[in-house]
Amino acid sequence: MSTDVSVERLDVSTTLTSSVTGVRRSKDVVFLIVLWLGLLLAVATLATLIIDTFMTGRSRLNMDFLTGFPSPFPEDAGIQSAIFGSVWVVVPAGVVSLFVAVCTAVYLEEYAAKNSRVQAFINLNIQTLAGVPSIVFGILGLAFVARGPLGWGFTVRTASVVLGMMILPIMIVAAREAIRAVPSSLREGAYALGATRWQCVRRQVLPAATPGIATGSILGISRALGESAPLIMLGALAYVSTNPSSFSDYYTVLPLAIFKYATEAQEEFQYAAAAAIIVLLVLMLALNFIAILIRDRSRKSW
Amino acid sequence: MSITTDSLPQSEQLSDLLPKGRQKRQQVYERVVGSFLNVVSLIAVLVLFAVAGSLLPPTIQFFTDEVSLGNFFGSKSWYPLFADPMFGVWPLVLGTVVVMTLAIIVAVPGGLAVAFFLNQYASHRVRRVLKPILEVLAGIPTVVFGFFAVNFVSPNIAQKLWPFGEVDFYNALSAGLVVGIMILPMMTTLAEDAMNSVPQSLVDGAYALGATRREVCTTVVYPAALSGIIAGVVISLSRAIGETTIVLLAAGATANFSFNPGVAMQTMASFIGFAGIGDQPTDSTGYRTIFAVGTLLFIITFVLNILSVRFVRKFREIYE
Repeated sequence: MSTDVSVERLDVSTTLTSSVTGVRRSKDVVFLIVLWLGLLLAVATLATLIIDTFMTGRSRLNMDFLTGFPSPFPEDAGIQSAIFGSVWVVVPAGVVSLFVAVCTAVYLEEYAAKNSRVQAFINLNIQTLAGVPSIVFGILGLAFVARGPLGWGFTVRTASVVLGMMILPIMIVAAREAIRAVPSSLREGAYALGATRWQCVRRQVLPAATPGIATGSILGISRALGESAPLIMLGALAYVSTNPSSFSDYYTVLPLAIFKYATEAQEEFQYAAAAAIIVLLVLMLALNFIAILIRDRSRKSW
Repeated sequence: MSITTDSLPQSEQLSDLLPKGRQKRQQVYERVVGSFLNVVSLIAVLVLFAVAGSLLPPTIQFFTDEVSLGNFFGSKSWYPLFADPMFGVWPLVLGTVVVMTLAIIVAVPGGLAVAFFLNQYASHRVRRVLKPILEVLAGIPTVVFGFFAVNFVSPNIAQKLWPFGEVDFYNALSAGLVVGIMILPMMTTLAEDAMNSVPQSLVDGAYALGATRREVCTTVVYPAALSGIIAGVVISLSRAIGETTIVLLAAGATANFSFNPGVAMQTMASFIGFAGIGDQPTDSTGYRTIFAVGTLLFIITFVLNILSVRFVRKFREIYE
């Protein structure tokens, strides 16, 4: 009896599949073609962008370009001050932002009462902050940091603070997700052994969440490394022919060096811009590669 | 009487149980750490308030002393940095709408197509190749996209293939298309997240009834994930509206009031960047114009953001 039923079902299913003919069949094909076009759009654009930039920039890609300083003559122009400027600006921004983000994430996930008003309020703030366009952070930097109350001028620390604030929501979300992914059995075990809340966080939760936090924060830092809009307003779009040596020095950064070269009229400056793009992309790829390494190394099944 | 004498020694024993010495210090330490974390977590709140606080005062001064709201929203001429300035914001708003529309035309169908593909068609192996490609695309800095828009898309695509008339070297068309490519990975991720949280039982049920993959996508996954997808569209909109560098590089610096994407245009964001390069004197109308336009931009993206949070919440209510 039971075998009969299953045979019957099989028959039904085969007739159904074979009935996918005519209009239905051709609609399926058209739909799949549309999906392929969407994929092609993404993949082909990325490939074109990389190949075109590489072909344009490869003639300028040598040590002289990496160690040279900006120049009004395109064949002499280099990006040393931009590379150093980027490091001076992005590293402190990343470190400070990471510290604030981890504290915030620990507070929201481990300390604040779930679904409390405070938590909902901070949540909404973080979501809103994540949606603020980056150029608006430039305005904030202009009004409060470069001028106004802090008055730091167009210096490394101004840029660093502004980028740090800009990537804060990304870092917080990354840290929260990493902390949330730590299984609650670890916490329960710690509490059962008499650990206090902070002991549990410091010795169990944070070590377990470190790879996740590291991966997420590297993505935040690479965002800061590639960001240009707010720094356009904060004086980074200048010919700076020395490397910064303190936080109150003038600066330029790689994305802005690219911007500068890209807006020059002479054709040769476009080659310099493309070469600088290759350097920037390689740096960002390296960062992402580190993130992937950390992620794969620490892939644990709890 | 006997009760009180009995209870006295008992209360002494209770106070013995209260933490002392090392334990007491531990407790204080715990409380300090807790409040420290609480205070630090308020920095994110503070930053948002600082954003609003930096925008408002110059904007209020701009509208009370210099340019009336009627003038700002009632004129189609935008020459704020000229000797004889005009402050009609509509060219910037229209420029923003044109760039945003082009971007959405690229990003939403493209992102949905890739998301459908990842969700119902791609094998595990294909997915492992495709996801990193999208991540790389999502990580490309905007200035790189801007360079690509000017040096490749504008001369090779916009100027050659646009069927509706001449296209200038700086044009909103190439800016909009490239902004669309920039937000495509984000649209894909948000749409795919929404599709992934559609209960598997619905999908299985459809397949069991003999639906093809296309039918599952269009009649089950799409409607079930719709509010999540809409949230993704709204977030993409907000991204496109706020994009500065691509537009600044590719669409030029002229605030044209035009519906023709073949000409140069300025968006709200790209005007702010443009005026910022010029390093306006702090106490000038030109300087405060940045804040007035910034406030408008902030309000628009803020509203879109709240909308997307609503849609996500609605979506979560259904399935989680």
